[in-house]
Amino acid sequence: MRMLLCELNRIHSHLIFLGTAALELGAVSMFWYCFRERELIMDLYEMVTGQRMHTRYFQIGGLAEDIPEGFYPQCREFVEWMPHALNDYRTLLDRNKIWLERTKGVGLLSADDAIALGQTGPILRASGVDWDLRRDQPYLAYANVDFQVPVYPEGDVYARYRVRVDEMRESTRIVDQCLRRLERLKGQPWITDDRKVVLPPREELHTSMESLIHHFKIVTEGFRVPEGEVYVPIESPRGEQGCYLVSDGGPKPWRVHFRAPSFVALEATATCTHDALVADLIAIVGSLDAVMGDTDR
Amino acid sequence: MNYTALPGFVEQKESFGETTITIDAAHIRTACAYAREELGFEMLVDLVATDYLGWGSKGVSGYIATASGRDINFPSTQGLQTLPAVKPKRFSVSYHLLALRQPPVRVRLQCWLDDGDELPSVISVWPTADWHERETYDMLGITFDGHPHMRRLLMEDDWDGHPLRKDYPIGGEPVRFSDAE
Repeated sequence: MRMLLCELNRIHSHLIFLGTAALELGAVSMFWYCFRERELIMDLYEMVTGQRMHTRYFQIGGLAEDIPEGFYPQCREFVEWMPHALNDYRTLLDRNKIWLERTKGVGLLSADDAIALGQTGPILRASGVDWDLRRDQPYLAYANVDFQVPVYPEGDVYARYRVRVDEMRESTRIVDQCLRRLERLKGQPWITDDRKVVLPPREELHTSMESLIHHFKIVTEGFRVPEGEVYVPIESPRGEQGCYLVSDGGPKPWRVHFRAPSFVALEATATCTHDALVADLIAIVGSLDAVMGDTDR
Repeated sequence: MNYTALPGFVEQKESFGETTITIDAAHIRTACAYAREELGFEMLVDLVATDYLGWGSKGVSGYIATASGRDINFPSTQGLQTLPAVKPKRFSVSYHLLALRQPPVRVRLQCWLDDGDELPSVISVWPTADWHERETYDMLGITFDGHPHMRRLLMEDDWDGHPLRKDYPIGGEPVRFSDAE
């Protein structure tokens, strides 16, 4: 389920990229089409988590709540619809002369430069480097699903657009595979019953002293994390999202640092704009897909 | 992989499945260049500094017991059960390196600094270090020798202090009786 939501989020992020990047180059209708599908994802999110954005559904040990009734059919509808939407996008843009002329050969980033600049995710793949943490360093259940990693060697804005559209297609496939699996798992617990890290169910508090103690300890103090430092990377829609965490052995972290892909992507602007026109800047920055909230964290 | 040939190599530690190499601060640039050229770590994924001021002392993660364990005679002992291992200096700077190969190899080069120490910049090895180093300077006040424009990145240019230092005031007004000293 977590993987399914991660992939939905990836599609969501790429849709925003596609919509806004095209909008910035004058293709206003793309924006509406992308936001139409984005709305479908938001509806799914709202259904599961109660919120449309900034959801808090993942928890240590599992999920916050069970998957609601009606999620599967609605998600399946989305999975069946999405490939058609992607075909629409391709038709709208791939024969659009303005789009092609403004993206092809613009904002070039060679593979060596991309690596030296620490680029990850779609930008790196659009520069011809076959690298995806979901495949190369699998987390969650990515090792158990079948998907392709799109790679384009051109390193221009157009290649980045192609990578992202292809990724949406692959993500839809992953969502489909997750759905199949989840439908078989209906009725299974959605969170671990390890009371050292997860709150006991409310009704247990009235009858069980241990539950009450566990509840009290987790609420007032939290649980202890072993002393040490770790760096955990995942493949976010924009590239490698890393979390560096230092613990002193207590319930609160000593230091948390996020490696933000947008921060690093924005750094590549200077190299990409080398030999480019000022007017291309908007296409280039759009294609790097840097989000300011991610950049300054 | 053998890391002992890295210039300035001090020690190697394995924890939680990650490798941490401590490097002498003065040699970090040559060590990074060596890691890139000879060991094949093409990418600097992240550069992060941590302030360990007050590490293992009272008042950070709640009440902290003695080095041997909790003090059961003291009421409401929460916080740490034992004191964490002592750190050699105040700041640590970690370089997370990645080798793009199957399977991927990650390593953390770490060096230790006191307040006011300078660290050689690694921009000449990885240009991506530019903003990371500026952010580190901005947040923790660690300066990098050889950085072309060591200015603030996230905070305003005329900002006072470095927000992620542990001695940076976190705001609020002193209230009477709040401190039982």
